[in-house]
Amino acid sequence: MTNSIAEIEDAACVFIIGSNTSTSHPLIARRVLRAKEKGAKLLVADPRAIQMSHFADVAVNQRLGSDVALLNGMMHLILKNGWEDRDFIKARTEGFEELKETVAAYTPQRVQEISGVSPADLEKMSEIYATRRPATLLYTMGITQHTTGVDNVKSVCNLAMLTGNVGVASSGVNPLRGQNNVQGACDMGGLPNVFPGYQQVANPEANAKFTKAWGRPLPDKPGRTLPDMITAMSEGKLKALYVIGENPKLSDPDANHLKHAFNNLELLIVQDLFLSETAQGAHVVLPAASSAEKDGTFTNTERRCMRLRQAIKPLGNCLPDWEIASRLATAMGYPMSYRNAEEIFREMAALTPSYAGMSYERLGIDGLHWPCPTADHPGTKFLHPVQFTRGLGKFHAVQYQDPRELPDAEYPYYLTTGRMFAHYHTGTMTRVSPALDREQPTGYVEINPQDAFKLKVREGEVLVISSPRGRIEAPAKISPEMLPGNLFLPIHFGENPTNVLTNSEALDPLAKIPEFKVSKARVEKLVE
Amino acid sequence: MYRLVPSVCSYCGTGCGVLFEVLDGQLLKTLPLKTHPVNQGKLCIKGWNLHEFVNSRMRLQSPLLKVNGRFHDVTWNRALQFTAEKLKGIIEKYGPDSVGVLVSAKITNEENYLLQKFARAVVGTNNVDHCARL
Repeated sequence: MTNSIAEIEDAACVFIIGSNTSTSHPLIARRVLRAKEKGAKLLVADPRAIQMSHFADVAVNQRLGSDVALLNGMMHLILKNGWEDRDFIKARTEGFEELKETVAAYTPQRVQEISGVSPADLEKMSEIYATRRPATLLYTMGITQHTTGVDNVKSVCNLAMLTGNVGVASSGVNPLRGQNNVQGACDMGGLPNVFPGYQQVANPEANAKFTKAWGRPLPDKPGRTLPDMITAMSEGKLKALYVIGENPKLSDPDANHLKHAFNNLELLIVQDLFLSETAQGAHVVLPAASSAEKDGTFTNTERRCMRLRQAIKPLGNCLPDWEIASRLATAMGYPMSYRNAEEIFREMAALTPSYAGMSYERLGIDGLHWPCPTADHPGTKFLHPVQFTRGLGKFHAVQYQDPRELPDAEYPYYLTTGRMFAHYHTGTMTRVSPALDREQPTGYVEINPQDAFKLKVREGEVLVISSPRGRIEAPAKISPEMLPGNLFLPIHFGENPTNVLTNSEALDPLAKIPEFKVSKARVEKLVE
Repeated sequence: MYRLVPSVCSYCGTGCGVLFEVLDGQLLKTLPLKTHPVNQGKLCIKGWNLHEFVNSRMRLQSPLLKVNGRFHDVTWNRALQFTAEKLKGIIEKYGPDSVGVLVSAKITNEENYLLQKFARAVVGTNNVDHCARL
């Protein structure tokens, strides 16, 4: 997030696009409702009529994968009506002329043809977002999990910059991170191209710095992303995989293809709390301590680094992940001897400029927002107040492109995926929780009442959903939240493994994110 | 002995402050941290039940090694020796880029730091990624 969670309350407009906020981030949804109570206008754009849509001043259901067209259409109207922030554009940005030229073609009529959003709604949304400032924009995987994921993100940034909604309190472009420490995993260099603090492995200076600190020559060629690793596994180029706290066999696209790739491995090491689907196929399984059983820090979606404290002893013979990693490194001939998590934090902070001013003592209970470069720096609530990381903010003129798959005669439905309120990811943590299991014990396929009528299917009857990759079964959940011709499957259930249907070849060319949010599918009633 | 231990929820990326309620070394319940700047004393259904997965009977408790298709409990030394030898063999035979390490959005910063250091300095590969896209 460019801004922090508390700031949402004081926005004059909140625009939610591609985020089922009340389900996936309930305590952020609370801030949105607070903002409404204080007089903010709420805009919600989502292919489903989600709970937040019912609270919205304007709610639209854009067709799956049509976000670029919708956002370009908003910018078209903002420019046509002179609602843009000319001072901000002049002082802080570049590339405005190209953007203007591109969005000129996105007339309300054309946007309606692509996205199904009416010109009247588009006009209302554009006016509210551009004229009620500060406006904050919230999004999640509904924006990113597309072959055009990067284009979608560029488009939301364009919209925020066009209206001067960056670098000001309660504004900004705010991706809500889905996992407790996904921000931290990225910050710590858990990516193929960067060291901690986004220092490029290919940059000779950064590489020399870490080579010196770690006492070993380090590779300078960026490595493989997760989808590339899976391709390399099926081609027999990647022989060993070390998986920590992750269940790719259920979470990654095209499960059947994935099974084949995993079978090719000579060594699969899985480090986890549970014997997940992925761990079951491992050669060796290392039992890890849970977050209640160790010290350390997490960095949340607003870049706030916070301490967790050990509450109880690790269960059985479990060890914290840092201790397992240290022991394994030592066994490999690279001695690591950290006495506690704090020692590792100090080593990391000394090498990572955005964390350099942090210490366990300073973090206390509330934590600190990065960047926090020095020991007397108070942390940074919102980014880019004076200039962007690269200097001027660049408008990227983006043309709309269809998702990789559109429905056809054989597969006439749109299929999309997401979370349920009581569950989390592949369910390894939530499905073993009695209270959460009682709330939502099974998966389902959500379908519009008209479609259910056509299929002569009643609530709870089993449907067979198929795509070019495979087929699964799931009980029908008939719901007016779905548009006709659209299906929704939650991602949490091994017995209705949604990712048998999704496409591992439809990736964003730059971010390599799979297009989980749009597949084509067929649906039939199960004939026994 | 009864203790309240401040910590952070490990479900979504919001990062709500929690208090773990501990009695005689047993984790009893999860409570919201009243003064926390993120959640201000509130939690969602997952947060209120955070302790349940920690106490689950399904948790792994010992390192497992697969022999002839079946898992067996082994000591840490045995498991780590096996892993280190196998990894070293693969690195020698096929080079460091034949190894991939998936770090995690679920573990701490310290652990992510150490595991990417393990991949880059010990194995010698930049094949490091995690589930950020999922």
